[in-house]
Amino acid sequence: MINRIKQKLQEDKKLLSIYFSAGFPSLNDTTTIIQDLEKSGVDFIEVGLPFSDPLADGPTIQESSTIALKNGMTTELLFSQLKDIRKMVHIPLIIMGYFNPMLQYGVEAFCAKCAEVGIDGLIIPDLPLDVYEREYKAIFDKHGLVNIFLITPQTGDERIQQIDAASDGFIYMVSSAGVTGSQSGFDNTQEDYFNRIANMHLKNPQIVGFGIKDAETFKQATKTTKGAIIGSAFIKHLHKEGVKGISTFVKTIR
Amino acid sequence: MKYNVDEKGYYGEFGGAFIPEMLYPNVENLRQNYLKIMAEPSFKEEFDQLLKDYVGRPSPLYLAKRLSKKYNTKVYLKREDLNHTGAHKVNNTIGQILMAKRLGKKRIIAETGAGQHGVATATVCALMGMECIVYMGEIDIARQAPNVARMKMLGAEVRPALSGSRTLKDATNEAIRDWINNPVNTHYIIGSAIGPHPYPDMVTRFQSVISEEIKWQLKEKEGKETPDYIIACIGGGSNAAGTYYHYLHEENVKIIAVEAAGKGVHSGESAATSALGKEGVIHGCKTLLMQTNDGQITEPYSISAGLDYPGVGPMHAHLHKTGRAEFISATDDEAMNAGLELTKLEGIIPAIESSHALAVFKHKTFKPDDVVVISLSGRGDKDLDNYIKYFKL
Repeated sequence: MINRIKQKLQEDKKLLSIYFSAGFPSLNDTTTIIQDLEKSGVDFIEVGLPFSDPLADGPTIQESSTIALKNGMTTELLFSQLKDIRKMVHIPLIIMGYFNPMLQYGVEAFCAKCAEVGIDGLIIPDLPLDVYEREYKAIFDKHGLVNIFLITPQTGDERIQQIDAASDGFIYMVSSAGVTGSQSGFDNTQEDYFNRIANMHLKNPQIVGFGIKDAETFKQATKTTKGAIIGSAFIKHLHKEGVKGISTFVKTIR
Repeated sequence: MKYNVDEKGYYGEFGGAFIPEMLYPNVENLRQNYLKIMAEPSFKEEFDQLLKDYVGRPSPLYLAKRLSKKYNTKVYLKREDLNHTGAHKVNNTIGQILMAKRLGKKRIIAETGAGQHGVATATVCALMGMECIVYMGEIDIARQAPNVARMKMLGAEVRPALSGSRTLKDATNEAIRDWINNPVNTHYIIGSAIGPHPYPDMVTRFQSVISEEIKWQLKEKEGKETPDYIIACIGGGSNAAGTYYHYLHEENVKIIAVEAAGKGVHSGESAATSALGKEGVIHGCKTLLMQTNDGQITEPYSISAGLDYPGVGPMHAHLHKTGRAEFISATDDEAMNAGLELTKLEGIIPAIESSHALAVFKHKTFKPDDVVVISLSGRGDKDLDNYIKYFKL
């Protein structure tokens, strides 16, 4: 079966992805949120596996992770919540999480479970490229999981080429220097960066994340790229409104 | 068996650089340059000069006669407590500020728990006229007021870490986030032998002046460079790493690491990482760390804020796994009493961290002709409040 992410990337439109922390705002909101996001027309979803020490995340996502953990979220519980998700949801699902919880679950067992419930890919910010290729790529491949790597405005051209070569899905393009939720908007610096990457003609499409929060930033971010990911802004919405009004939020974006 | 870091940044199976891509350019730049810079004659000259004239090195190797008599062995104390700023921490911050200057960085960030590393960093920033931001858990800020005041006097900005448990672990997270937010002009001075490669190796090399001195000092006093035992307390493990460094491959020197058992290893309030930790990834390296079965990092506890860290440096994880070092742990009570005992016997008030190393005598018996070197990592001025409360002074 062709990976759902790869299939989605072939569609002729700008893709919108949403991130949320599993187990937030309430422990058992996971499948409700996923279903509502799909119904609202979101193209794919990043399900955040909460971690006690999320280094690359700002206060908003750290807080939603902390609340999720307090609510009792665990790796095992997330998999059991997702057990029947493929009977209901057809868009690509990605788990985004830090490496340590996966290491403790066992990387092989984790990947097998992902494949079993119908996860299509993983984003693991603190699993470096060289370690992935040396120790885990074979396992990911065996279970048909796409691994997504990040690039930032500071990533050198040579390294971007390496990451492009190692990727088989999309490249997660971090919009600017900063943790999640810390950007105030896009300016010329981002435009130069977006243009620089566009001119590299990479084999993998790019999806922009960090700093996308409304229709305007979504439009700016997707001018030269395939799509964009919203995280902190959606978490803030959930914080305020709970799981109600998800489609209203998505409609404000596009 | 090799105990140093290998060319990929690992100590056996521990170490590496498990960092988000946002940190890659900075860490990679450091990795490619740190050894080159440290080998430059002008760097060495400046480093040595500052250690001598500013820090007050070499620190004495002191034969503690009354302590030796009490335990019927020969105990030397390596007096890191006599360094400027009161602990071994400054050896590393001097080295890293010189490194930062040569890397063209203008802004310094650091994390601190009890405030010792924060003070040592603020000190070298004042010395070099560089901007300094120290992240400190909100809870630690409240319980370490004098060190917060010191840092402010030295011109540093102390930023509270408000996330998580608001202690050292979270201060480290905030410092890492600051580095992600400021990728170009900033150098992160990590205070312990932890973090992504090359930090554990770099910090260890800067601290290795401790064992370098012990070697020639012991030669002068004992006619041989090698003791029978070399002992240090261990939290993240920078003092221990520097104390062991030049003895790692001298297999006849027995290495002992003393961790903080808090209220008892299995009390649920402990920082004895080697006993309670499992292999995992924290703050950019693979090492032993205290965590739940689900891989969430847990809060350690120790009366000593400097040992209150849920992980241990990757070199130490390797020394533990290979059996090169013997790991023991001392409770709050054992450490406090060992600290008071040293004060009464030798007139030296040790930092509570160092008191843990001194508590080794509660766990091990040495032979009369053994030469035992204990690293006295810091002085106890900063801990007076704790001593006052504990002994109702």
